[in-house]
Amino acid sequence: MSTLSLIIKQIINALQLGSIFALIALGYSMVYGIIRLLNFAHCDIIMVGAYISWYFMTNFANMPYLAVAAAIFGCTLLGVAIEKVAYTPLRGSPRISLLITAIGVSYLLENTAQLWLGAAAKSVPPFFKVTTLSFMGLSVSTTSVVTIAVVTVSMTALTLLVQKTKMGRAMRAVSEDSQTAQLMGTNINATISFTFAIGSALAGIGSVLYCCAYNQASPTMGSMLGLKAFVAAVLGGIGSIPGAIVGGFVIGLTEVFVSSIGLSTWKDAVVFLILIIVLLVKPTGLLGKQVNEKV
Amino acid sequence: MLKVDNINVYYDNIHAIKNLSFEVMDGEIVTLIGANGAGKSTTLKTISGLLRTKTGGIQFMGEELKSTAPHKIVAKGLVQVPEGRRMFQNLTVEENLEMGAFTMPPNEIPDLKDDIFRRFPRLSERRKQVAGTLSGGEQQMLAMGRALMSRPKLLMLDEPSMGLAPLLVDQVFGIIAEMHSSGVTILLVEQNASMALAVADRGYVLETGKIVLSGSGKELRESDQVKKAYLGG
Repeated sequence: MSTLSLIIKQIINALQLGSIFALIALGYSMVYGIIRLLNFAHCDIIMVGAYISWYFMTNFANMPYLAVAAAIFGCTLLGVAIEKVAYTPLRGSPRISLLITAIGVSYLLENTAQLWLGAAAKSVPPFFKVTTLSFMGLSVSTTSVVTIAVVTVSMTALTLLVQKTKMGRAMRAVSEDSQTAQLMGTNINATISFTFAIGSALAGIGSVLYCCAYNQASPTMGSMLGLKAFVAAVLGGIGSIPGAIVGGFVIGLTEVFVSSIGLSTWKDAVVFLILIIVLLVKPTGLLGKQVNEKV
Repeated sequence: MLKVDNINVYYDNIHAIKNLSFEVMDGEIVTLIGANGAGKSTTLKTISGLLRTKTGGIQFMGEELKSTAPHKIVAKGLVQVPEGRRMFQNLTVEENLEMGAFTMPPNEIPDLKDDIFRRFPRLSERRKQVAGTLSGGEQQMLAMGRALMSRPKLLMLDEPSMGLAPLLVDQVFGIIAEMHSSGVTILLVEQNASMALAVADRGYVLETGKIVLSGSGKELRESDQVKKAYLGG
């Protein structure tokens, strides 16, 4: 294989990994944007999504669409339920209470999964027959192509939703100034729930794509994936949707690059090094805005 | 039209509004004047449902609003322009106006927007600009335009003249008079007592959460107490 095709192959790998990070980072960023909460339970929603995929693919192997739909729907429902049960009662409490609750919900989900389904990873059957496409001397797996395509479509849809619809406008308004948004007649509870629903649906899509790539589900799978997506969100500028996308791809590229030069054991360390550097040099992230706290 | 009946509002342990009652009749301009911290904005926030009263009630066109959600209060035609204008800085002028029409049927929005752009040609020129780039005066126009997008029956304005140059203050009061003549009832909260009392039919003077004086605009302007405390002698 020539050097060029090797590089292109690695770039495709990076895009695949980066697009999963970006999808998950969006969930962190959207929720942070609207209620200023780092929703640490977000990564475990992905884990639940992976288990839903596992359940349906194991029991109804000939209906992959059912598994995909169930995973996305299940994640959406779970995200909204967490918001209603755990976060809504704390509206108006100090932010630290919300943060601690989020960490609590995260542990609750992980440990419930472990107790119920065991600590060992379950193998998720493939959703579709993975083949290798050859194109001008390059070989690319269909998983990469599907992942990149699905993420591109999801992000386009999200951008249109946020920029062009009434609900999207309400989301942006609430995230900027929730009190004034209420004075315009926005139902703030509905807007927040909607944001959680969208963020969690993206996590659901992410969980399916993760299963496509790695074929397994385990109770703690969300934590490393979620942490890296969180780094991606901070790198891009937490609260910013384009920032989350850019951050996701940068983290994906970094991981693949570090692995491909033979330092794969260092890849996690490098990602967290990026977090430290961002927080020291530009805490608002690449595309984040300096927000003036309201008095 | 609006009847505030014996409300008491607290911020944790601070008793901000004490047994406050007042009324706004259909077609009036009523003003609440008072110094900083007298409880003027707190009163408006309570009427809009952002804060809750412990006692009494708030009736708007015969309906009790005491425990109605803020967005439902807006839908009834009781709309507030908050203190400090509070534009959505990252949204365009046009999007800010669309936010103002949040409770309106979508097919009416283009007409409502055209109407605001006719009233404020300056906003029309800047419709695609984000609101954060507007000047203070333009932001105040946008704030009032945004509130008019919901066809309010009663408009509550919180310190519309704050931070504006004298020429712009005159302009803002001109717009208030114009809105009033187009049939909107107005509850005006102001520190600029002389301007407020000049346009108001009636007024109330608020001090540390209580009404200490009330009367017609003319009566209040001529009262020694008001002259001394709010009109500079």
